[in-house]
Amino acid sequence: MLGAISAATTTFDVPANIAFGLLAAGMIFAAIRVVTTNNIVHAALWLVIVLGGVGMNYLLLQAEFVAMTQFLVYLGAIVVLFLFGIMLTRAPLGRSDDLNNNQRVIGGLVGLLLLGVIGYALIDTWGADKLTFSASEVAGGTSTQLLANSIFGDYLIPFEVVSVLLLAALIGAIVLARRD
Amino acid sequence: MLLNQFLLLAAALFCIGVYGVIVRKNGVLVLMSIELILNAVNINLVAFATMSGLGGQVFALFVIAVAAAEVGVGLAIVLLIYRNRRSIDIDELHELKG
Amino acid sequence: MWFLTHVWIIPAVMALSFLLILFFGKHMPKKGAEIGIAAMGVVFILALITAGQWINHSNTEVHGAGEAAEVAALANVDPSCAPAVEHANETVGTELSSDEASSGGEHGQAVTTAGTGESATAATKSAEGGEEGGEEHHPTQPVVRCMTWFESTGSHITIGTLVDGQSVILLVIVAIISLLVHIFSTDYVHGDRRYTHYFAFLSLFTASMLFFVLSQSLIQMIMGWELVGVCSFVLIGHWWEERPNSDAAMKAFLTNRVGDVGLLIGVIILFFAAGSTFSILDVNILAAEGGISHGLLLLASCCLITAVMSKSGQFILHTWLPDAMAGPTPVSALIHAATMVVAGIYMVARLYPVFFEGLSIAGSSVNVLSVVGAVTALFGAMLAFVQKDIKKVLAYSTVSQLGFMVTALGVGAWTAALFHLFTHAFFKACLFLGAGSMSHACHHSFNMVDDYGGLRHKMPRTFWTFLIATLALSGIFPLSGFWSKDEILAGTGSFPGTSGANGTYHLMLIMLLLAAFCTAAYMIRTIWYSFYGEYRGHGVPHESGPRITVPLMILATLGAIAGLANLPAEFGSFGLRFEHFVEPVGLYFPELSHAEFNVGLAIVSLAVGIGGLAVGYLYYWKGAFKPLHGLAERNTLARTGKTILENKYYFDWLYTTVIVGFVKGPLARATNWFNQNILDGIVNGVGKGAVGTGNWVYDNIDQTVVDGAVNGVGFTASESGGVLRRLQTGRIQQYAALFFAAAAILAGIFVIVIG
Repeated sequence: MLGAISAATTTFDVPANIAFGLLAAGMIFAAIRVVTTNNIVHAALWLVIVLGGVGMNYLLLQAEFVAMTQFLVYLGAIVVLFLFGIMLTRAPLGRSDDLNNNQRVIGGLVGLLLLGVIGYALIDTWGADKLTFSASEVAGGTSTQLLANSIFGDYLIPFEVVSVLLLAALIGAIVLARRD
Repeated sequence: MLLNQFLLLAAALFCIGVYGVIVRKNGVLVLMSIELILNAVNINLVAFATMSGLGGQVFALFVIAVAAAEVGVGLAIVLLIYRNRRSIDIDELHELKG
Repeated sequence: MWFLTHVWIIPAVMALSFLLILFFGKHMPKKGAEIGIAAMGVVFILALITAGQWINHSNTEVHGAGEAAEVAALANVDPSCAPAVEHANETVGTELSSDEASSGGEHGQAVTTAGTGESATAATKSAEGGEEGGEEHHPTQPVVRCMTWFESTGSHITIGTLVDGQSVILLVIVAIISLLVHIFSTDYVHGDRRYTHYFAFLSLFTASMLFFVLSQSLIQMIMGWELVGVCSFVLIGHWWEERPNSDAAMKAFLTNRVGDVGLLIGVIILFFAAGSTFSILDVNILAAEGGISHGLLLLASCCLITAVMSKSGQFILHTWLPDAMAGPTPVSALIHAATMVVAGIYMVARLYPVFFEGLSIAGSSVNVLSVVGAVTALFGAMLAFVQKDIKKVLAYSTVSQLGFMVTALGVGAWTAALFHLFTHAFFKACLFLGAGSMSHACHHSFNMVDDYGGLRHKMPRTFWTFLIATLALSGIFPLSGFWSKDEILAGTGSFPGTSGANGTYHLMLIMLLLAAFCTAAYMIRTIWYSFYGEYRGHGVPHESGPRITVPLMILATLGAIAGLANLPAEFGSFGLRFEHFVEPVGLYFPELSHAEFNVGLAIVSLAVGIGGLAVGYLYYWKGAFKPLHGLAERNTLARTGKTILENKYYFDWLYTTVIVGFVKGPLARATNWFNQNILDGIVNGVGKGAVGTGNWVYDNIDQTVVDGAVNGVGFTASESGGVLRRLQTGRIQQYAALFFAAAAILAGIFVIVIG
């Protein structure tokens, strides 16, 4: 499959493909480490790599704003939040053998089954379709501008709802974590 | 670049995330696996956005926002659990046992 | 004519007498005997009047040609009594009316009317009187009266009277003999322990016999047959306190029963063969005209022959008759000599078309009936030689003479049989009553060898009557036995020069001649032992009183002159009177051929009779044939022969020890074994099988399968609950695993299979 992919690319796409390839390898390796490492802090750190990789993918997909948001929110806030959570719950620092339950086989099977099904479906449907970046070419302008137009234009109400949601989450978190 | 490479990458991340949700005992680690899942979905959305309009990116932004909120609330719950049981071992949360 | 249609009064009078004697006899001065004798006297007179009316009736001629006359002769018969008559009227009438249409309307009217009574006879009288005047045999017009007794599935069972020559002559015979026996009995059973009872049953017997003789339907005939059998049983066992007497009565009844089975089967066959009717006239018409198949007639004949064998004492069912001599002598005279035993003969004569057609009597030389009769005649006569008891001699003589009558019927000499019956009744009754007179004088002993002797001078009237009857029995000219026996011998058609017989029965002739020889010989032996020599008994014998001797004289006279009733045709219009009035001619009787009187045969039979008497005379009186005297003691072969005769050919041994003993012994044991082991075994086995099956079903099916199923359902429910419970662990990661797996599978199905 990789051979088929590489054979169909143009000279312009080669760096992107190489970048993607390195990125994908790294991400997958990191994701596997997230779910298999014995050290909970290391899991958080591996998660950082994965999230970073995701952001890089956004850049490859010419979604700069989403990439920046990803970096800011995920890497900046959520990972910190995770680390705080680890600290506050007195998670066992260092190696711990007690991080996996006894469902590893089932989990592995389920995961592989799911991967198989999704993979088959994806290949079957999109086969060797190429990315065309057609959306941005039609509208013109940078993607950020277009995105802003979209949010505050078509999707204004969802935007407002999301903000209310964030407010609710905030208040909820405070209420839940309050010592009383 | 093929569309499929991003979609397959997302699928892989998704499955790894599923594995993590099933396998990890620590609550925080489960949340981390959920993050993996969400990010996989985001990659999907953004990949499709290149072809079907910017709605995908908008949605990805929303997902990020919601994910953040969700992690916040989730960790608050984990903290509460920790306060009540002195442990966040998910396996011990079997009050629903029939 | 009135008496012919009201002839049922005759048996009714005797039945009434029976009831009166039974209920009032004990209180009467003469203990019931007077009722019996009075009734008997009335019956005798009525019988004579009836006979006179019948003679008158037969003389009214029915004119017409052949079959038309015969059909017209039956015109008086009510169709409901004999449906075949109507049918015959129709078929013959339609055939002839077209032929004789030119002869005049009256004749046609006579032929086609049926059941119009007197008008038919009047019409036939007035038509063509002189045309067929030359016919000798006029069709007989039987007088039939009947009423419906009961109906059953479409067939009427009738009861009534059928009067024709046969019935009338039997009426006369029964009346005369019964009257004389009644008178004789007043002296003979005087002072008896059951005097009234005796007379009551004499009346009942007479009533039954008259009823039997007048019967119009086969059912009635069976009734009469059984009734006379019952009366015979009662009267034989009159002194039943002595065991041999009751045994003899049982033997008589049971042996007759064996024959009755044949009677029943024969009657049933005839019933169905004649189209579900019991009417005797019907059966006869159909049999004579060919309406019944030959095979059925043969079968019916054979069944009826067994009945004759038992009732009329033919071989092989004759064993009861000598034993029946245990009864009082008048009873023996009446029942076992003159009247009851001839019931079988009467039955054959009544249903003669069945036998004539069924056994193919015409034109053959041997048939069952004649063989049975001839064998009986000869063997019975031989048995009479070794008897010491005078009544037993007479009993075997009766058996032998009945054999003569049956042989006569078997060779087609119908009139000869009935004529012999007529004459035999007189002289045999005379002989029996004579024996009774002798025993009355000799202290009630019947052993002529040991207790009689030299009675000639002491009892002259008994002696002379006995002698006349003996000569009549032996067939000496001009006594009655000569005429009747000669007619039978002529009827066999075997003697060279005889003509007109129905067949050629050589064997029968020889056997009958031998039997006649033996008859004369044993009778002379009896006379020798009883009347000649020295008196060997106790006390002083003297002649009996008038009530005994007068009947003897009457009977001896009748026995002497009765032969005049059927003199051969050579005697012109005086000849064959008996045949003229008694033998039926008509649709219901086959065309018989009558043997002519043959002088040569008459001389031969006379010689045989005289020869028998002579041989006996020489042997006993003159002591001739010296080597033969005491032969049985010296010679083994002779002794063996004598032993066989004394043991009555071992028939009694065969019946009692072999047959009955087998049934009582091995057969009964075998059936008991069968019943106990096999039948009960089957029943018990079925029961055990049912129990076992029930247990097996309970154990295997109920407990294992049904309960197992029920328990299994419960078990499955609880176990599956136990298993499924483990799914509810409360651990969300397990739920998550299941959830994702299910989603993956579902997605797989959608994508791969459907997509």
